[in-house]
Amino acid sequence: MNPRRTTSILAVLVCVLATGACGGDDAGDGGERVLTVYAAASLTASFEELAERFEAANDGVSVELAFAGSSDLVAQITSGAPADVFASADQSNMDKLTAEGLEGSAPEVFATNTLQIAVPPDNPGEVSDLADLSDEDLAVVVCAPEVPCGAAALALAEAAGTTLAPDSEEQSVADVLGKVRAGEADAGLVYVTDVIAAAGDVLGIDVPESDAVVNDYPIATLADSDQAELAQAFVDLVLGEQGQAVLAEAGFGTP
Amino acid sequence: MRRTGSEGGVPRWILLPAAAGAAFVLLPLLAIVLQVDWRAFPALVTSEASRDALLLSLRTSTASTLLCVLLGVPMAVALARTRFPGQSLLRALVLLPLVLPPVVGGIALLYTFGRRGLLGETLEVVGLEVAFSTAAVVMAQTFVALPFLVVSLEGALRTAGHRYEVVAASLGARPTTVFRRVTLPLVLPGLLSGSVLAFARALGEFGATITFAGSLQGTTRTLPLEIYLRRETDADAAVALSLVLVVVAVVVIGTAGQGRVRR
Amino acid sequence: MTFELEAEVPERGVELALRVAPGETVALLGPNGAGKSTALAVAAGLLRPDRGRVALDARPLTVTGGGGQRASYVPPHARRIALLAQDPLLFPHLDVRANVEFAPRAQGAGRAAAREAAERWLTTVGVADLADRRPGELSGGQAQRVALARALAADPLLLLLDEPMAALDVAVTPAVRQVLRTVLAGRSALLVTHDVLDALLLADRVVVLEDGRVVEEGPTSEVLSRPRSAFAARIAGLNILTGTWRGGRVHCEDGSVVAGMSSDPAPSDGARAVAVFSPGAVSVYRDAPGGSPRTVLRAQVTEIEPHGDRIRIRTTRAAADVTPQAAAELDLAPGAEVLLSVKATEITVYPA
Repeated sequence: MNPRRTTSILAVLVCVLATGACGGDDAGDGGERVLTVYAAASLTASFEELAERFEAANDGVSVELAFAGSSDLVAQITSGAPADVFASADQSNMDKLTAEGLEGSAPEVFATNTLQIAVPPDNPGEVSDLADLSDEDLAVVVCAPEVPCGAAALALAEAAGTTLAPDSEEQSVADVLGKVRAGEADAGLVYVTDVIAAAGDVLGIDVPESDAVVNDYPIATLADSDQAELAQAFVDLVLGEQGQAVLAEAGFGTP
Repeated sequence: MRRTGSEGGVPRWILLPAAAGAAFVLLPLLAIVLQVDWRAFPALVTSEASRDALLLSLRTSTASTLLCVLLGVPMAVALARTRFPGQSLLRALVLLPLVLPPVVGGIALLYTFGRRGLLGETLEVVGLEVAFSTAAVVMAQTFVALPFLVVSLEGALRTAGHRYEVVAASLGARPTTVFRRVTLPLVLPGLLSGSVLAFARALGEFGATITFAGSLQGTTRTLPLEIYLRRETDADAAVALSLVLVVVAVVVIGTAGQGRVRR
Repeated sequence: MTFELEAEVPERGVELALRVAPGETVALLGPNGAGKSTALAVAAGLLRPDRGRVALDARPLTVTGGGGQRASYVPPHARRIALLAQDPLLFPHLDVRANVEFAPRAQGAGRAAAREAAERWLTTVGVADLADRRPGELSGGQAQRVALARALAADPLLLLLDEPMAALDVAVTPAVRQVLRTVLAGRSALLVTHDVLDALLLADRVVVLEDGRVVEEGPTSEVLSRPRSAFAARIAGLNILTGTWRGGRVHCEDGSVVAGMSSDPAPSDGARAVAVFSPGAVSVYRDAPGGSPRTVLRAQVTEIEPHGDRIRIRTTRAAADVTPQAAAELDLAPGAEVLLSVKATEITVYPA
């Protein structure tokens, strides 16, 4: 086989494989408009529901959802990922975005979330309040202070006047929840919405002081979006009555 | 003097994709070096958290490499030198961690050695609690690194063949003596490179560790976990620590390569 | 010490029995695939026959069950049977001395005793000066001498030699053969070889294997001078024809009749017999020769090769040595139809 032909075959092959891998982006071919929404992982269930409603209300529009940790999403957006809307799980990650001037509309808080103690259903550590989480003998898992849920956990402990004694400082709420779910940890601090989403796999214990540490979820359209109107329409849906109802069902508080 | 033999048979066009492949691997490493904030670098990599993470990584990787040798050498010998029904299936299963996402390994370990896992309660009765301990990190690293040692050692054993062992036995050496004085010395280079691979793999282990062992400074937060966590707040620190990890890996692999060339 | 081996390995088509008397060296001859390696593997304990028995001085080493015998198996390291292969297989990570010390050390000898044994055997095989070398620094002949010293240092009751000189340079073969001749004297050994000189100089007795069976055995000189098997004849450089002895002649299966001088005792009438003659006694013709009554065989030339100052013509029936001039005159080439003629006085006939 001559080299030039080999190379061109290779090139074709690479193109086919590459486009195959990210084929979802081509939905525009059928005359459909695609709205890409980047949302914090804790919003998964709510935003899937809202995306469906948005598609039903807007003919020829399909919503592409990307869920991940807020900081990952910001990192992707700042390096040029083609998103139209960004919904963050905390203010500081939204601030990173506005610091770069990438927001299309002014960020608005659309939901709040508070922390709850999650324990395995049989509560083997007999945990009843936040003070129990300073017990060295219990396996306690929280988020690392570097991530939003960890910062919130620290603030909560301070508000309650105790010091946590964690056995592990996890990367994300999902990691905390996973360890509690597996029974590896006796208790963990996660968001109310996470406990509800876990649907019985873990037991939630209210912390009276949690009102002192409320996590705000801001949403904004993005400056680089080429369909600003549609993006704004989605933001409006989230902020509106329907959106708030769906979010409340998942356990989010209203701002 | 011009060497001809080694280059003679290679079609020249093959060098182009070869160079592209090399660039594909090397450019990202170069990008890390370029991204490093050199003025802040010393402070970033000598912070307490960084030092703890690096030391923990070196300690656990060393421990898991030893564990790999202890368990992997007998496994490789059993696979290469004996025959039993279901052997090829067993080999495939044992090597599974090579292709398994490490997170899956972590989950599997959790349900085996975790407090509510298959063996967890038994371990607890004996007074062994691995949850959130450095031992859990070593177990996670061993789980993912073991196949590397087994594969390279089994290859070395097959290449060496068993003719020397036959001769040694005919000279009156018991199987244990043959193993110690003939088999092991013969495959020492393979064992060495396998150990280096295992060490390097353990050093880079992330998914299984974070899933199974958790993450706590000085106890379970190894360098890769530290890097991933720092990314949240301090990208410069993450880059600086990434470079440290790259350098350690290069030193490890480089030393082993040197050793092999000298032989 | 007497070594006895009976083995059946149907998978390899082997069914044979061997015996090595105390102090005797037995050469095992035969074409490739005849079962020589299988015999050695069974002796060394590397292969368990389906049925069989291996014993050294009445001590059972391998006994397959059945027939009122209890099955038993002694592992290779406990047999006191050492193996010297075609390749020296010196342990590359040990120097020459440590290689030879290996067996005494493995058998529990102290450092000093092992060292003394190594010195002794290295001296015996003539390479005492190489004790500090690495195997990689030895020539082929030197390495094989060290391997021999190493095998002898194991103090084996039986030594197995598997074509020990096949991989050596022809220039060093005679010297190594001489060393072997010295150390094999009075030692029980089983020697697999392709070389007639090995059999002649090293062995007391020869066993010829073909297709997994013993086809011929006896004192070396007898087998080589009066071969009864095609293989023995070939390595002895002799022609051999088999047939039935009738009316003082050998009647071959293809209808040809061979007249020769019968040995004492003569084969009985109607029994199988072999006619043996040397290639030098064969004359080659393109047309039927006249004159004195001779055996004449019709054959086709298969190979032509130099043989000393003559040309050896191999044919479908027998080999013949002719002068280069004769070969040229007869225009001999592979495929040529020829007539082979041998005087009756040049042919000896034995009972098969």
